Amino acid sequence: MGARYRVSSPLSSSPQTPDFRGQIESLRPYLLRYASLQLRHPEAAEDAVQEALLAALAAGETAFGGRSNLRTWLTGILKHKIVDAIRRQSRERPAREFDPDGESEFDALFDGRGHWQEMPDAWQQPEGALQQKQFLAALEACLAALPERTARVFMMREHLGLETAEICKELDVTATHCWVMLHRARMALRLCLEMNWFKK
Amino acid sequence: MMLSCKETTRLLSQGEDRKLAFGERVALRVHLAICKGCRNVSAQFKFLRLATRNLSRDGTEENIA
Repeated sequence: MGARYRVSSPLSSSPQTPDFRGQIESLRPYLLRYASLQLRHPEAAEDAVQEALLAALAAGETAFGGRSNLRTWLTGILKHKIVDAIRRQSRERPAREFDPDGESEFDALFDGRGHWQEMPDAWQQPEGALQQKQFLAALEACLAALPERTARVFMMREHLGLETAEICKELDVTATHCWVMLHRARMALRLCLEMNWFKK
Repeated sequence: MMLSCKETTRLLSQGEDRKLAFGERVALRVHLAICKGCRNVSAQFKFLRLATRNLSRDGTEENIA
């Protein structure tokens, strides 16, 4: 299996068994998928995974020490690399001017007094949907349709499970701005899922 | 103060991200008691969180390999 490893020279001094490397390498597809959900650019996802794998190999098998599931451990390392990548990206491309009151995209759902034009129905058996691959694919498609920054904030909050304060700090935006983006993401996702999955 | 449905969705969303003030919680509860549409949206927001946490977690591994 040794020929498959893309990482070699900087790590040769770290003590680890080929088996440990092999196990780590076998999780690459999973980690890549995880990173791709957060970082839209495939290269950025590749880089974050590569950094995480290098860090894991450099830390070595003793650092892992069998404390937890290997995938959980690697995912933990990867989360840090993802946040680093997001921080770098937001430094390179600072937030554009933002209008916290500009929620007109959803105004059409409400009448002049702010009441529903059409009362939202309950979704039927949402828990069952979670077991279905097609539903998860629909959710991913809806996430991909969000504006990039909105999707990023939503995924940092709901997938990585970060607190709003951390997200604001990483992206250098105000809390109000974060809440508005999260609200927009939720409104857009519920509409998207309603149209594409929970059809009336 | 009576909340509109539009304001209610905003508070429902923020309730997922910060601790609402006492007055906000009371206003939200009053509105939800009389508005089924907003109760449905409240459940949907919570479901979105659950579903997003489920992406590429245990149980969906076959999607990934």
